[in-house]
Amino acid sequence: MYEKHVLICAGTGCISSGAIEVQDALEAELKKHNMQNKVRIIMSGCHGFCEKGPLFIVFPEDIFYCEITAEDVPELVEEHLIKGNIVDRLLYLDPTTGQRVTSHEDILFYSKQNRLVLRNCGVIDPENIDEYILRGGYLGLKRALTMDPFDVVGEVKKSGLRGRGGAGFSTGMKWEFAFNSQNNKKYVVCNADEGDPGAFMDRSVLEGDPHAVLEGILIAGQAIGSDEAYVYVRAEYPLAIRRLRTAIEQAEEYGMIGENILNSGFNFKVNIKEGAGAFVCGEETALLASIEGERGMPRPRPPFPAVKGLWGKPTCINNVETLANVPLILRRGADWFSSVGTEGSKGTKIFALTGKVNNTGLCEVAMGITIREIVFDIGGGIREGKKYKAVQIGGPSGGCMPESHLDLPVDFDSLTAAGAMMGSGGMVVMDEETCMVDLARYFLAFTQNESCGKCTPCREGTKRMLETLERITQGKGQEGDIELLEKIATTVKDSSLCGLGQTAPNPVLTTVRYFKDEYEAHIFDRRCPAGQCKELLTYYIDEELCTGCRACKKVCPADAIEGEKKEPHVIIQEKCIACGACLDRCKFDAVKTK
Amino acid sequence: MELLEGEREEIVSEVGNITEKYQPEREKLLPVLQEVQGRLGYLPVLAMEKIAEFLRIPTIDVYGMATFYNQFRLNPPGDHQIKVCMGTACYMVGGQIAMDSFERRLEIQEGETTPDRKFSLERVACVGCCTLAPVVVVDDIVEGHVTPTRVDGLLLAYDGEGRVPAESARQVEAGQQDEQQSEQEGEGEQHS
Repeated sequence: MYEKHVLICAGTGCISSGAIEVQDALEAELKKHNMQNKVRIIMSGCHGFCEKGPLFIVFPEDIFYCEITAEDVPELVEEHLIKGNIVDRLLYLDPTTGQRVTSHEDILFYSKQNRLVLRNCGVIDPENIDEYILRGGYLGLKRALTMDPFDVVGEVKKSGLRGRGGAGFSTGMKWEFAFNSQNNKKYVVCNADEGDPGAFMDRSVLEGDPHAVLEGILIAGQAIGSDEAYVYVRAEYPLAIRRLRTAIEQAEEYGMIGENILNSGFNFKVNIKEGAGAFVCGEETALLASIEGERGMPRPRPPFPAVKGLWGKPTCINNVETLANVPLILRRGADWFSSVGTEGSKGTKIFALTGKVNNTGLCEVAMGITIREIVFDIGGGIREGKKYKAVQIGGPSGGCMPESHLDLPVDFDSLTAAGAMMGSGGMVVMDEETCMVDLARYFLAFTQNESCGKCTPCREGTKRMLETLERITQGKGQEGDIELLEKIATTVKDSSLCGLGQTAPNPVLTTVRYFKDEYEAHIFDRRCPAGQCKELLTYYIDEELCTGCRACKKVCPADAIEGEKKEPHVIIQEKCIACGACLDRCKFDAVKTK
Repeated sequence: MELLEGEREEIVSEVGNITEKYQPEREKLLPVLQEVQGRLGYLPVLAMEKIAEFLRIPTIDVYGMATFYNQFRLNPPGDHQIKVCMGTACYMVGGQIAMDSFERRLEIQEGETTPDRKFSLERVACVGCCTLAPVVVVDDIVEGHVTPTRVDGLLLAYDGEGRVPAESARQVEAGQQDEQQSEQEGEGEQHS
């Protein structure tokens, strides 16, 4: 019988911070004390608090240690696991109160959250189906199998669940269309082609709780009358693919996938298809083309995939997070689900909170929470006490919300009305040092590169907008550029074939709308207020602060720094390539930009 | 990129071995490309020409497919593949600076391989480790918080035979910082 359970986070973030080294050290240390049979090590999925990884949690007392290295392990074993004393110095330090916090429930990052989809992430061993079942797993499927498929569709429709992949279309209605399509072969497709830069919730769900996604797929299959599913997952997520494969094998072993599932007569098969890497494949018709082995290019709708999808058969396409919600709806009922959230947006949404906030990571909140609560409570405010400028929601399809919108409730309709969109849920926080024009240029460069080229507005429009933005950030903007951008953006938005083009102008439109002064500063004053645009930027050394330590001189790749030892150095502007190496190296904050 | 001696023959025979397993149908293009890249590590022009010949389609169609998907590469991979993340979070805190630093140090552009084939450099859209931004993936190891000075440390650590674990890369870098620190401290003493 185990006396203690140690959870070590084994998400991609924590692994790259050294979780495996911690695991090895713990195993060795337990062996040394002959405690292998008393302490159980669980390598769990992502806890979301990647910022403070690797995380190390001791149960049953629920003590939350963070930023653990292999060197800390002997002390943790000796003090906590043997003597039962909490190691104070390794606890989370609350930045607002300066107090150490013992339980994760007392950390604002967690206490403001409502973890429904992520309920198992970081709690169970994702490679063990028994742990999923112990936490109520596959009960939703069991209930669905006793129901009439039409009632399952009805239940999901009643729950008010909307697609979490971007546009927020009603999941129940999508299922209903597929249900009504008459055909002897139908497909379920799980869209795990998470290409949004800055969003990683689908990866975390697949890595941390793959069975929840499988259960969602199975329920969808039973409801619409399908017997086969494809999971289209990014090849860049090797750990997610591996855990999903393991989950499928285990589910087959347990009779959850295969012939006559749970003696209901329902047969189902799940295939994994590795994406070849194209952002546009997140678009459902492009994704289908890619599974069929063509270039991933979208086609006009209708016919919708629910009528004519994969290989011409009716197909129901849902995103990972959407499907992970489904088992809960079936298990706990539509009424329970719709009690969370707002009038038009039910349930929760997972956001990947990144950028210039203190607590970056994955958080799941009830719909309707304000941006302020996410950024300042869960996120712990802006880093280094800097000033909040904006939050970018929804990745390349979304928009930037300025300070005046901090109290905007986060749900599908409010965000769309403000010019952004929920997207897949990337949330990048920006402070005064982020240049909004450059940010718009960055997103445009991304969408332009990923534009498939099929329809003219998107192919040409994104190109022209990008050229204009590049000119502005290089200090070559002209009067009329802002109006030109707005004109092209509106055209592209209105006339593109698929979601990529229709939403690509959003970053431009919202930054022009809320940060016009920055555009004007670039165009008319040839100045970047945030100090980010390389061509409008000069690096210089503050003579007062420079100690003449030569660190910057050594690191400069262009030999652009001169000065005698112990004397203040200077940067020769003609040679400087603005690489930022000196700024990064200087320990005395003497290198500055203007 | 120039083909090395013997590579021509290898490409022709590998492509031949793979294509003989398939029917010459257009829909087989993607799996054939994936398998060829799996064997050769990249898609040389010669291989695309051979595939086009086999499927009786214009080479440009094969090229079109190979350049549409980010998975395919047209240059041979280096012994160490460096992927610089250009996700939003990484870009905001200096992803481009990391990319510039690699380009400058390796004297190649993104998408290229060094002439000695030791390193190849590419950009990726997002590896989903935004909390460790800026992120670089070397081979399969995720390296977080990559500043220009860490770029030098990483290249030093990987510039040997075979793969060097991430840990030693960190040590090299830490060593560099220690050196700098001790120098600074030494000078501080002189001041007093």
